[in-house]
Amino acid sequence: MCLALPAQIIAIDTATNMATASIDNVKVEVSLALVDDVALGDYVLVHVGYALNKIDEEEALKTLALFAEAGLMSVP
Amino acid sequence: MKYISEFRQHDLALQLARAIAQTVSPDRHYRLMEFCGGHTHAIFRYGIQDLMPDNVEFIHGPGCPVCVLPTGRIDNAIQLAEQQGVILCTYADVLRVPATGRHSLLKAKANGGDIRMVYSTQDALKIARDNPTRQVVFFAIGFETTTPPTAVIIQQAQAERLGNFSVFCNHVLTPAAMGAILDAPLSPLANTGRASPNLSIDAFLGPSHVSTIIGSQPYQRFAKCYAKPIVIAGFEPLDVMQSVLMLIRQLNEGRHEVENEYSRAVTPQGNLKAQALMREVFELRPQFEWRGLGLIADSALTLKADYAGFDAEQRFNLPAIQASDTKGCECSAILRGVKKPQDCKLLGTVCTPENPMGSCMVSSEGACAAYWSYRRNGAAG
Ligand code: SF4
Repeated sequence: MCLALPAQIIAIDTATNMATASIDNVKVEVSLALVDDVALGDYVLVHVGYALNKIDEEEALKTLALFAEAGLMSVP
Repeated sequence: MKYISEFRQHDLALQLARAIAQTVSPDRHYRLMEFCGGHTHAIFRYGIQDLMPDNVEFIHGPGCPVCVLPTGRIDNAIQLAEQQGVILCTYADVLRVPATGRHSLLKAKANGGDIRMVYSTQDALKIARDNPTRQVVFFAIGFETTTPPTAVIIQQAQAERLGNFSVFCNHVLTPAAMGAILDAPLSPLANTGRASPNLSIDAFLGPSHVSTIIGSQPYQRFAKCYAKPIVIAGFEPLDVMQSVLMLIRQLNEGRHEVENEYSRAVTPQGNLKAQALMREVFELRPQFEWRGLGLIADSALTLKADYAGFDAEQRFNLPAIQASDTKGCECSAILRGVKKPQDCKLLGTVCTPENPMGSCMVSSEGACAAYWSYRRNGAAG
């Protein structure tokens, strides 16, 4: 129910505030009613047909770096 | 797939598992409640419990919207669907939830009720536009993740003066449920043979997508007042494991803070636009019944007076129904975190995903469904 998937915005219709997004090459229609400043190429979290939030690339990279750090710590 | 596959790498999972094993202190037990059903699902699906040291235990929380909806509200939805001329629009998850007398929305549909599954609230609005002579009701359920999309269509319906549209609102609030879990008196784990005499949660894995909306701030008071560490965690397996590591570090160091592992999607303030929309359309109900947790004050939303014309409860004069759960079903105790699916005698014998006896077996985020789908051949978890 609360699942949301990362999808890339590939087209925006400003008149209807709707966008087309691609999830693993599958196209979905997404409402932009809940987000501001979404641009082509952005990644958003899509839940029940709505973009909930943009995904922050820099923060994603930081989190991946945290995993790597834990990995280093665990070297036997 | 960007933002998915990087967070599922197997080798990194093993390294994180090793880091966790090296970090736990052998002379203590760590009881971590994953609040969300999405985490419960990930923990079972990816076998994360198996990657944990023996003294790290997951306690499944109440964050599954289908699971916590009390039977009486499903009975209400069926009443709506059985009314002449009504089209009931619903998310697919609730169709098979058992109602009173072994009834369900699925059976009501088979009996001729016009019940339509929708993927998005926009679909429900479209059905209302396309059927002006019918009453179209959207059965709205879910936590803060799913609430803003309902607010959007209520405003749209008002702007379009869609007189044949209304919403049966069952939206519930995460912080209220977390408070109820923490305020619950310590309850003995009756007959489970488990070593721990009391339900005690050491720390929480905080919700992923609920938090994209409400932000990480609302959890501060739980960290502070109850001295419980909380880590907002993504739903991917590496997110869950990293968050467990962060919780264990906090517990070892005697800290109790809100930390945010899911910073790529969650900010301290959350989605302000969505929050403003919710505040504009909804207000708190004085109390609401939750399966397992009972009546919780200020824990659910209803339509504000300005939008009351779109409230299906008022339009159809729905009665409050007190209904009891199926005999033998342990959903209530499971949702409070005091029992686990394998403690239920009906699990897998009488109760299966094809023929669910309780709500926890219906949604893939329910603890019983997750256990049954992924664990029945493995060790207890
Ligand atoms: S296995 Fe079925 S009957 Fe038992 S607690 Fe879970 S949902 Fe209820």
